Amino acid sequence: MTAMPKWADAVLVPLISLLIAFVISGLVILAIGEDPVAAMKIMVTGALGSTYGWGYTLYYSTNFIFTGLAVSVAFQAGLFNIGGEGQASLGGLGVAVACLFVPWPHWSLALIGAAGMAALFGAAWAAIPAYLQAKRGSHVVITTIMFNYIASALMIYVLVTILRPMGAMDTASARFDPSLKLPRLGDILGLVGIPFNNRNPANISLLIALVACAGVWLLMWRTRLGYQLRAFGKSEKASVYAGINPVRITMYAMLISGGLSGMMAINTVMGEAQRLLLNSVEGAGFIGIAVALMGRSHPVGVLLAAILFGFLYQGGAELALWTTIPRELIIVIQALVILFTGAMDNMVRKPVESLFLMLQKGKA
Amino acid sequence: MTGNDTLGRQATAAPAGAPLAIELCGISKAFGPVQANKDISIQVAKGSIHGIIGENGAGKSTLMSILYGFYKADAGEIYISGNLTPIPDSQSAIRAGIGMVFQHFKLVQNFTVLENVILGAEGGALLRGAMASARKSLTDLAREYELDVDPDAVIEDLSVGHQQRVEILKALYRQADILILDEPTGVLTPAEADQLFRILNGLRDQGKTVILITHKLREIMEITDTVSVMRRGQMTATVKTKDTNPEELAELMVGRKVLLHVEKKPATPGEMVLEVENLRVRDEVGVERLKGVSLTIRAGEILGIAGVAGNGQSELLEVLGGIARGTGTVRLNGQEIALTAAADGQSRRARGIAHVPEDRQHLGLIMDFSAWENVAFGYHHAPEYQKSALLMDNDAIRADTVSKMERYDVRPPIPTLAAKSFSGGNQQKIVVAREMDRNPDLLLVGQPTRGVDIGAIEFIHKQIIALRDAGKAVLLVSVELDEIMSLSDRIAVMFDGQIMGERDPAKTDERELGLLMAGVVK
Repeated sequence: MTAMPKWADAVLVPLISLLIAFVISGLVILAIGEDPVAAMKIMVTGALGSTYGWGYTLYYSTNFIFTGLAVSVAFQAGLFNIGGEGQASLGGLGVAVACLFVPWPHWSLALIGAAGMAALFGAAWAAIPAYLQAKRGSHVVITTIMFNYIASALMIYVLVTILRPMGAMDTASARFDPSLKLPRLGDILGLVGIPFNNRNPANISLLIALVACAGVWLLMWRTRLGYQLRAFGKSEKASVYAGINPVRITMYAMLISGGLSGMMAINTVMGEAQRLLLNSVEGAGFIGIAVALMGRSHPVGVLLAAILFGFLYQGGAELALWTTIPRELIIVIQALVILFTGAMDNMVRKPVESLFLMLQKGKA
Repeated sequence: MTGNDTLGRQATAAPAGAPLAIELCGISKAFGPVQANKDISIQVAKGSIHGIIGENGAGKSTLMSILYGFYKADAGEIYISGNLTPIPDSQSAIRAGIGMVFQHFKLVQNFTVLENVILGAEGGALLRGAMASARKSLTDLAREYELDVDPDAVIEDLSVGHQQRVEILKALYRQADILILDEPTGVLTPAEADQLFRILNGLRDQGKTVILITHKLREIMEITDTVSVMRRGQMTATVKTKDTNPEELAELMVGRKVLLHVEKKPATPGEMVLEVENLRVRDEVGVERLKGVSLTIRAGEILGIAGVAGNGQSELLEVLGGIARGTGTVRLNGQEIALTAAADGQSRRARGIAHVPEDRQHLGLIMDFSAWENVAFGYHHAPEYQKSALLMDNDAIRADTVSKMERYDVRPPIPTLAAKSFSGGNQQKIVVAREMDRNPDLLLVGQPTRGVDIGAIEFIHKQIIALRDAGKAVLLVSVELDEIMSLSDRIAVMFDGQIMGERDPAKTDERELGLLMAGVVK
């Protein structure tokens, strides 16, 4: 018997957890001799106080939406894909290949092509661990972690020996053709008359990320494939009874997951850097796990959690810029957020639940 | 539903003068809006076997959990041997001399019997002393109560019946005077159940008090001295077992008259539906579980498979239902079925085979899914559930669920409720509705009434008979011999992966079937 209304479970509990995480973060800041209120102010104004700050926040959020969705889809199917980092960097390679070697007539076509290539490369990188899991039972957690390292080594090789322009000292590909530059968020919002700062990396990829959220929701809760993925994730044994092929479902889940991770690269590689850099993913693959955890593997939750983590990223950068608080502290805050919203969820849920029970009893 | 209906007799006190082992006074416990126990008072005489009977969800387990210190009662008092004894946790329960044997054993599978018995009562950092003294008291206990178990045997090598003995030994080793057993026979063969009852009788003769929680009327009649009936969180009656009868108890449990016997017309077998020849199945480690099974079922006929659990019945259902692979020949309506594909349930369903699996919680349902999602389970490709090539028509599934819930009497009739929130009987009704409603040519049913309350058993049996009368073939697997005998038109007995023989239920008895089940060929 669950007495808690759905909104309390989905909104109230995470909010309280978040509040606790921030209070403890404040205590940590106090402990190193800084002013937590001032620090919070810097974070909020830096990340959300201007459209410039919002731009950076949303740019980071776009990455986390893709990787968060990727982890969520696999998670719904009972698979823990920790390989977002590797899949996203391969996605970057896909974008680079599409942008460097195809003479696109227009950026929009290039975006579609690059997104497709990113998804393809990301999915391909997930396919091997998926196959090993489905056919050989090699645990996907282990293999995807190993594939992150292989991906990182592969990217070094590709960048140094193949994609690096002759004579360049930088481990990076050549710059993409300027005509392939994606419209910035400011440009797009300007079209509908909303003034938005243009000197930040937020770009049209954000809209694709939002479409991906809707797509994942549609997939998981409206299609047969999604139904089978979720059933498989809840009970493999029962799924076999229902005639759901475990090998096929494992492959589908990981391919979709890898594809979503890979698509992150259109934001970083095509939208921001305009060339493929070494370590273009910058940990977003791992943040995706936290985002999916906090977002309860639901697209709406993932979207909200991704914005929160975008805020933490941008706010943290501002904090490091304007105070003597070390940048590492932001990792502490992130860790506290993950700890309270993900791992110690029941600590808040149980009291809230009994509170609601008491309220109900009072009414009855 | 009123609390004081005229059906129940007033709770009667234990005979005057007999010392009481336990007295519960006015115990109440609510989980949120659900009143699991409501003002329950009960007196258990020392040296007696006291049965507590009631349907699933009647509050038996809650009451015992309160007695064992798992839950704290909202109100009420517990007296042990006449003394007010608060039991805030299970440690205090053990100290008060209460031992509990759970339905699902709490044993460390790769420990020996001895190690399991001293677990939590090691009495120091070093095991040596405790092991030696435990070994001695274990042999004493074994002699005293006929609880023979090899102290050095590893748990996972023991039969279920022996594992249960270890649980009882654990309690006795901790000096329990009051033993609570929660549905102890659910996992036992008839012979093992008889042995358990002998042990319980022995315990009573030695002055121990036994509380037996069950929903099986036969066990109550067979072994208890006194029986208390619970319904919807209340104690509806406490009576001497010798003064009552199964019909009366069933009525007290359910709150209305219940048909304990299945009524059915003679079968009129028609065309051959299922022909199985020389069916063989190996498990993952290569052990042959089905060793050449052959059987046939005609339309309008129920073939019952009797046997002790684990003799190949599950494998038979799984290979026919497309879950496991096998070799041999299986023909449905004269057409051969391929046995080589894994997870082939879809093609079986398409051919008109429906399957109510033995284990509804792990096979038949996804417990976290809502009822309507479970109604589509296995039939998620059905055309009437699709909106387009890609999208499922969730509204259509929900509408179908509402209709099925009404026709199959699923309570509460809420399609969006998660499967785990339904009682065992209603979960089973969801599975039965899903599988039977498509009018299959062949219905595979495993343990249709395991863990299902009496009211639902009656309903499910009626549905199976109705399907037979509609000219369908039914393969029924059950470890409940009563169920097999009352439902089947023919009975095949399985032992060690083979069919030992076929009998006409009208011309056989439990003794003969029991011999076949034990592998004694006649």
